[in-house]
Amino acid sequence: MASQNLQSVPAELSPEEQEREAAGQAYFDRIISEDSRIEPRDWMPAAYRKTLLRQISQHAHSEIIGMQPEANWITRAPSLKRKSILMAKVQDEAGHGLYLYSAAETLGQSRDQMMEDLIAGKARYSSIFNYPTISWADMGAIGWLVDGAAICNQVPLCRASYGPYGRAMVRICKEESFHQRQGFEILLELSNGTPAQKQMAQDAVNRWYAPSLMMFGPPDDDSPNSKQSMAWNIKRFSNDELRSRFVGMMVEQVRVLGLTLPDKDIRFNEETKKWEHGPLDWNEFKEVLAGRGPCNSQRVERRREAHENGAWVREAAVAYARKQAQKESAA
Amino acid sequence: MAPHGNPEAPASAASEINREAPKVAATNADSSTTAPASGPAVTPRGATEETPWSLWEVFVRSSRGLSHVHAGSLHAPDAAMALRNARDLYTRRNEGVSIWVVPAESISSSDPDSKGSFFESPQGKDYRHATYYTKSEGVKHL
Amino acid sequence: MTTKDVSTQETAKDTDFAIDGHGDISVGVHGAGASGDGSASATRITPGNALRPEDIALEIQRGQVKPTEDVAEFALRIGDDGLILAQRLGHWISRSPELEEDIALGNIALDQLGHARSFLTYAGAAWGKSEDDLAYFRREHEFRSAHLFEQPNGDFAVTIARQFIVSFYQFELYTKLMESTDATIAAISAKAVKEVDYHRDHSAQWVLRLAGGTDESRARIIQGFKLVWPYVEELFEDDELTTRLAAAGVTVQPSSLRAEFDRLTGDIMAEAELEIPGVPQSLGGGRRGKHSEFLGYILAEMQVLAREHPGASW
Repeated sequence: MASQNLQSVPAELSPEEQEREAAGQAYFDRIISEDSRIEPRDWMPAAYRKTLLRQISQHAHSEIIGMQPEANWITRAPSLKRKSILMAKVQDEAGHGLYLYSAAETLGQSRDQMMEDLIAGKARYSSIFNYPTISWADMGAIGWLVDGAAICNQVPLCRASYGPYGRAMVRICKEESFHQRQGFEILLELSNGTPAQKQMAQDAVNRWYAPSLMMFGPPDDDSPNSKQSMAWNIKRFSNDELRSRFVGMMVEQVRVLGLTLPDKDIRFNEETKKWEHGPLDWNEFKEVLAGRGPCNSQRVERRREAHENGAWVREAAVAYARKQAQKESAA
Repeated sequence: MAPHGNPEAPASAASEINREAPKVAATNADSSTTAPASGPAVTPRGATEETPWSLWEVFVRSSRGLSHVHAGSLHAPDAAMALRNARDLYTRRNEGVSIWVVPAESISSSDPDSKGSFFESPQGKDYRHATYYTKSEGVKHL
Repeated sequence: MTTKDVSTQETAKDTDFAIDGHGDISVGVHGAGASGDGSASATRITPGNALRPEDIALEIQRGQVKPTEDVAEFALRIGDDGLILAQRLGHWISRSPELEEDIALGNIALDQLGHARSFLTYAGAAWGKSEDDLAYFRREHEFRSAHLFEQPNGDFAVTIARQFIVSFYQFELYTKLMESTDATIAAISAKAVKEVDYHRDHSAQWVLRLAGGTDESRARIIQGFKLVWPYVEELFEDDELTTRLAAAGVTVQPSSLRAEFDRLTGDIMAEAELEIPGVPQSLGGGRRGKHSEFLGYILAEMQVLAREHPGASW
């Protein structure tokens, strides 16, 4: 169980405290068993809080770091319409990061601290953003595959047992419905374009396919935290279950695109009624997660630079607010 | 109160640019967000340590005739910027016609530990509801 | 689609969500955790209703509007201003001093790009060209943007100083253009003026904060204004084109906008206790295709992909 790895209740508790804890636990268990929602000031197990904090902050970091690979093409977007769309999308991701940081803050962690952890390389984010975007078609593949996988993951999270997380996800899912469509349409346009454009699209799909499948996390038998998260109604479906659904959707959609998925082993298993895919390179996944992806240091460095270059601006705004408040109270 | 107050009516002069946020009457907002807010007033300021922008709760009126509803929170150095950040963050898709921002630390909420007693009284008092009065069912305009 | 439907049917029922087609999600939230009922929702979204570049393109296609050569040339000027500025501002997204500001600057960039697309679409109608033909396949000397818009972002203070001048100039311009005898110019301006009004507010707020914040921020905003102020005069220069168009009631002489610009910016500068920098005014020349060194690099980056695939559709 995940909670074994996490800090549990402090050793010494007075009888009153023990009673309070027990009552809290009973209340918490009832809320969970009724599939209701835990709200910020409710009693919750330390491990539940910690798991959520880790998951929500990682999710927020992923949105913020995820801005970079796409921001990389804003200035080079090949039409003004695409430029507008891409700018709006990258901007949305900043917004999604903020919704999620807000949700995480209700658990008692400041955004400043989370940002510092990210910059210090102590926090994780979705590993896929450590791959480079080397062609315009990557904007299509990210929208279609990466956002597609993210949506599959996120829709069930709208029902996560922690209220603020679920509410953030509702807002995010609503906004993201355009993200995947615009990616699909970029690829469709390229696929129906010149041979060079079509090649560009296929190449991008080839590169982003496997990493997008790995976004669902390790296989179920190698995902020790999943079971507890599901018991807590944070997670609603297992990694493999969601991955299989996603593959099924992509199989249909790639035909409309007139492209192919770089996986000869995709098949629908009539017995299990599930989609199956070829082997994934989990070693590479772990390597990238461990910081050895093509862009890990570049991504964190950009965030650090932006944050540190902005320090004097944030300071100035605080100083101004303080002076104004003083003026007001003096008047 | 242009521009954020009424998007239809642009300010006609710079003198109309709001220097600070307009005040609104106290609300009975049902926000349960209680993250520790660290505004300039509460955070001790070290020589090198940066003071983070404080936390604000955002309430959006989606259209005229409806209440402001809690939309989420954000960080800002003061109320004027909080309003503007809220406009940019929470109304990018026409979600609102009016915004309130409230310092998160100003919100008082009911004690989560006393849920049972605090909200017990109305339970079972079904005579407060029209559905309790079954004999008058079917009588017109009642 | 049958197999997929089978696999998501259960989810749809369980979650009140339906995953449909390529990621379109109908979010009918009924369960616990929803933020209020549908009508009171703070997340209800709509596309809104405003003039879009696509609407103008459609009117052109139907032969309903066509600018004169002069009007097209004028539209090119303001369109290029917005385009180049959007290109500059777009760089801030993911690099701003705070995440909230990423979004604020992003909104401003999107507004500017929207205005640019409308004006360029309209201008192009005179020559049978699209907005993209004009943006991606003109050369440096064919651009008509003023030098101010080409100036580098610098630090946040430089960007704010540039924004401050731009937004107060554009507000005066678009306000007057709302009464243009050219209906399309008037319509685009009526949309733009509201957005630019907010840009004024945004930059004024920041000028006040940077000037009245810390010693460092004050030094930086003073320096920022020093860097961009030489390019103010060019914005208000009259020439043969504006003289002809002013006579026709399409626009006003740029010089006529100056007094109000000076008064309004002066108010804010005075409140911020900043002086108008006493720097010599640059000769400009952007309206005649004479640009700074910066524009070449901006265009190289902006146009590289489109030019690699001439005639391609995106």
